[in-house]
Amino acid sequence: MPPTQPELAEQPDTGSETGPDTGRTVLDARDLSRALTRISHEILERNRGSRDLVLLGIPTRGVHLAHRIAAKISEVEGIDVPVGSLDVTMYRDDLRMRPARALLPTEIPPGGIDDKTVVLVDDVLYSGRTIRAALDAMNDIGRPRAVRLAVLVDRGHRDLPIRADFVGKNLPTSTAESVAVRLEEHDGEDSVTIR
Amino acid sequence: MKKHLLSAADLTRDDAELILETAEELRSLADRPIKKLPALRGRTIVNLFFEDSTRTRISFEAAAKRLSADVINFSAKGSSLSKGESLKDTALTLEAMGADAVVVRHWASGAPHNLANAGWSRSSVINAGDGTHEHPTQALLDAFTMTRHLAPEKGQGLDGRRVAIVGDVLHSRVARSNALLLHTLGAEVTLVAPPTLLPYGVDSWNVQTSYDLDAVLPKTDVVMMLRVQRERMNASYFPSVREYSRRYGLDARRMATLQDHAIVMHPGPMIRGMEITADVADSERSVIVEQVTNGVAVRMAVLYLLLGGAEPAITTGDTVPEPVEGSTGPTTGDGENDA
Repeated sequence: MPPTQPELAEQPDTGSETGPDTGRTVLDARDLSRALTRISHEILERNRGSRDLVLLGIPTRGVHLAHRIAAKISEVEGIDVPVGSLDVTMYRDDLRMRPARALLPTEIPPGGIDDKTVVLVDDVLYSGRTIRAALDAMNDIGRPRAVRLAVLVDRGHRDLPIRADFVGKNLPTSTAESVAVRLEEHDGEDSVTIR
Repeated sequence: MKKHLLSAADLTRDDAELILETAEELRSLADRPIKKLPALRGRTIVNLFFEDSTRTRISFEAAAKRLSADVINFSAKGSSLSKGESLKDTALTLEAMGADAVVVRHWASGAPHNLANAGWSRSSVINAGDGTHEHPTQALLDAFTMTRHLAPEKGQGLDGRRVAIVGDVLHSRVARSNALLLHTLGAEVTLVAPPTLLPYGVDSWNVQTSYDLDAVLPKTDVVMMLRVQRERMNASYFPSVREYSRRYGLDARRMATLQDHAIVMHPGPMIRGMEITADVADSERSVIVEQVTNGVAVRMAVLYLLLGGAEPAITTGDTVPEPVEGSTGPTTGDGENDA
């Protein structure tokens, strides 16, 4: 079934300009939690349960999101879905265009990804290049039965033929704008802002 | 800096920690079915070895290949080097072949420095051991091995840890590089050797020295044994092998005086029965085999950080670690790679 992406109730622009850099809040903590709950249910619905599911987050924030989705799936199904992380740094197509950068953790759950349904989890989907790199990285780790993509925010402007299966929030943006995802685990609060 | 890795002294604490953290991520590659990453595809790395080596050359070769680089091995035996070709002409040849990096081992101290700074070639130079001077990647893999055993939690370091380096310090490039790097990382190094095998000027090294192994062992967290390098000795530095082993060899009795968590290291090649007995080398405390495994990950990290991007990540003072996300706060969706 095609993933449905009901728009979340649009927050009235309360203008939460607490600081000069804050921008407009698109999702607050409760919206973000609801979006992840919906994504979790959609994943279960699409997969007809939690069998053979593996969640792989793309560091840094994708991993936190993957853990939250797993926790929500566990609440519903009572089953712990394996969660891992997949660093794509060495597979990026712009690796040679910037200074060499630090690697981030890749942790594949003990059961591996062979013949599993892998759900890649990232915070923002934009050009699609990170996801291309992630598909290449996965190629060197195993052969999943299927790969799905879950993102918190899809902001459009794809450079590659890639789409998300599960989207927290479709956010039309201009390329001049920037979207900032903040998560409790990493930034001390949950929010998505645009400026 | 730093497109070269010539000395452990060139590494700032941030550089060294970046290399160790990168190596930690790369080490898990050894457990995967496909031990290959694409980071150095299309780069050429030359292993230029003027001196015999088993571990280091194989380790660099494996590291380069796992990063998908093209590797050319060049050893003194069986090449024009044995016909008397100079280092300069060899360097010009490598330059003409388009080498991106040269991993050099040489019997002369300072040869890699010459290769890097004489303007003969544009490649990165990595010192894989020069004479009795330095062997920085060995020091990095030793620090990496110590960190895994003594500071396994993320963010823990080697600060305040005590490391005893025992044996032929005079001829040991491993000892010098380790002393420099471990000082940078905050560890306390004690060199233990007979007076004849401590180098001139050791008092300026930021280390302690001792002639008495038995007094040092109970206080140390790491004991690193060095091989007596007889091939570099042109005089008699100690009366007999037997006397040397008695005073400076690590045997089961001495090992029993170590603290419970202490580990035994050796850079290899070791001479069983001389500086270390077979039962110690094969004991639970010995991490000698693990040092070799870790060597590949550490060398991968060095090659990746020097050659993987548009410019080396190992800099002095610049803010490079984790530039993609994190350091500037929240993820911004405006980067071209941020999808």
